[in-house]
Amino acid sequence: MIFSSLFETAWHALATHRMRSFLTMLGMVIGVAAVILMMAIGEGAQVMVRESIKSMGSNLFIIMSGASTSGGARVPSGSAPTLTFDDANAISELKDVLAAAPVSSGSAQLIYNGINWSTSVFGTTPDYVVVRDWPMESGGFFNEADVRSGARVVVIGQVVVRELFGGEDPIGKIIRIKQAPFEVIGVLAPKGQSLDGRDQDDIVMVPISSAQQKIHSNAIRNRVRFIMAQAVSEKSMGIAESAITELLRSRHRIGMAQDDDFSVRNLTAIAETAAATTRVMSILLGTIAAISLVVGGIGIMNIMLVSVTERTREIGIRMAIGARRRDVLWQFLIEALTLSLIGCGIGLLLGVGGALLVGNLAGLPVSITPTSVLLAVGVSFLIGVFFGFYPARRAAGLDPIEALRSQ
Amino acid sequence: MATPGRPLIEVLNLEKDYVTGAGVFQALRGVSLNITEGEFVAIMGASGSGKSTFMNLLGCLDRPSRGSYHLSGQDVSRLSSDQLAALRNREIGFVFQGFNLLPKLTALDNVALPLMYAGMTRDERRRQAQAMLERVGLGERSHHTPLQLSGGQQQRVAIARALATRPRIIFADEPTGNLDTETSRQVMDFFSQLNREEGITLVLVTHEADIAGYAQRRIRFQDGRVVEDVTRAEVAA
Ligand SMILES: Nc1ncnc2c1ncn2[C@@H]1O[C@H](COP(=O)(O)OP(=O)(O)OP(=O)(O)O)[C@@H](O)[C@H]1O
Ligand SMILES: [Mg+2]
Repeated sequence: MIFSSLFETAWHALATHRMRSFLTMLGMVIGVAAVILMMAIGEGAQVMVRESIKSMGSNLFIIMSGASTSGGARVPSGSAPTLTFDDANAISELKDVLAAAPVSSGSAQLIYNGINWSTSVFGTTPDYVVVRDWPMESGGFFNEADVRSGARVVVIGQVVVRELFGGEDPIGKIIRIKQAPFEVIGVLAPKGQSLDGRDQDDIVMVPISSAQQKIHSNAIRNRVRFIMAQAVSEKSMGIAESAITELLRSRHRIGMAQDDDFSVRNLTAIAETAAATTRVMSILLGTIAAISLVVGGIGIMNIMLVSVTERTREIGIRMAIGARRRDVLWQFLIEALTLSLIGCGIGLLLGVGGALLVGNLAGLPVSITPTSVLLAVGVSFLIGVFFGFYPARRAAGLDPIEALRSQ
Repeated sequence: MATPGRPLIEVLNLEKDYVTGAGVFQALRGVSLNITEGEFVAIMGASGSGKSTFMNLLGCLDRPSRGSYHLSGQDVSRLSSDQLAALRNREIGFVFQGFNLLPKLTALDNVALPLMYAGMTRDERRRQAQAMLERVGLGERSHHTPLQLSGGQQQRVAIARALATRPRIIFADEPTGNLDTETSRQVMDFFSQLNREEGITLVLVTHEADIAGYAQRRIRFQDGRVVEDVTRAEVAA
């Protein structure tokens, strides 16, 4: 028997039961669409996490003022930060530490040419962009001398450039931060989203001395919220962490029985946790979608079984006029396969459309990979074969006489 | 293709048991007979006498419990189910009382169906099926489905289907059972013509004496046995 005849026969059978074919296919359509959509969302989240990790800088510690709590280190409201500039300098002297930058942060209103923009202002030292591995897009970063003299210079992020300057070149322009005039000397390269979902480009940086004098009015001199430190290598992170802890305990004169008044957190470890979490989420989403695909397959088997029972007489007639068992087997198998593959095709379109829609409307990062498409097509093919085989074998195994006699 | 000197159909001590909940029922209790190529045979007998059972065995749709059946000199019991299917496709045409057309297919596609299992291409099949429909006088009706045709027309489509692969034998189990007298006569005339002009062997089951009258030989069944086997010449004598 010619193969194309099998498809013709299958197509005819499906076309004569249009409603039933459609409903059967619906299971596959939803299953495949769910797989594509869920994998797009899961993969998108993973890509986002990977990129924020990449943008974070490597081998980083964040040392925060205040004892560590379950929710992270926080200074109890009203009490002063415990870390100082000198702490940061001492940390950067450590053998296993490459650099350390103190940061005092807060938000402030910027004004340029009558335009207002509220953003976060970091007071820090040139080491900050070194440890964060944050290049400049144009201009330069302020230097040690600017920090010592408390120069009124500012380096601005991409969002601030866009909001305040539009198309204009910001270098050399004067912006007001909390009324104090600062000269823009550099523009930071884009960084994208951080792990906690903040836009890292919505920022300005000034010398920490200037920030404390002019911007962070409630700041206590020489005290900072946190220090960013970079270990010399990934291997030395453990040693660096204990060295930092030991150094700070002795500098802060903390007795044997007392708790730390600071906390050292390994950002790489946090990033790995975040990556693992999104991986688990993505697997979970994929699994749920895969289950719906299997349910769709069971739907196909169900309908094929009904169809075999209903068409017993037809099978008997076909056998009487010369259909071999394998012709009947192929007929029903190809019917099931056609259903699942057409369902898969429609599901693909819906899934891709849905993913783009979710990406655009909900602003979720989505990423449709060839893997997910291949997986969906492959799995629906297997489901067609797997769930189509049993009903097809039932049909092929019928006795011609009994099949002919059935009504 | 038939072995020279041997009958087309050779049946020896054929028995068929049906196993039912109530026990074993012997539907055929030792049937022996030969049918030579080109014969037109009518099988008669009371309801339940085993006519259809016998026809199904001859048509290779079922296997006997005991006894032997040679078709064209070939021992049918040695053939696999695929070989039997091929044999039915090539050598045998069936015409049933209830027509047994596929209701969703057009007359043309119904007639073309055996040709599909014979491995013909779509265009060849359609051409040959159309020619067959024209032979039974339904060339104009090829795109009607069975429900759009009268009983007599449906039976003609079924005959065209039986003839499609140009078989040597046609088995017809009460082909006129659902037809009125006039239509029955047309169908029987067509069968006679096929037998006379093309030498197709015809085996036909019927209850009606005037239908059996078209045949050259009459075999009567009773309780699973042959009780009468006469030619027309003998009947007339
Ligand atoms: N599949 C079966 N299982 C059990 N018994 C059967 C089966 N098929 C036929 N029989 C029995 O075998 C006997 C012969 O049946 P068969 O169909 O050959 O009769 P028939 O001569 O064709 O009768 P009719 O003229 O009514 O068609 C009947 O008694 C019937 O009940
Ligand atoms: Mg009968």
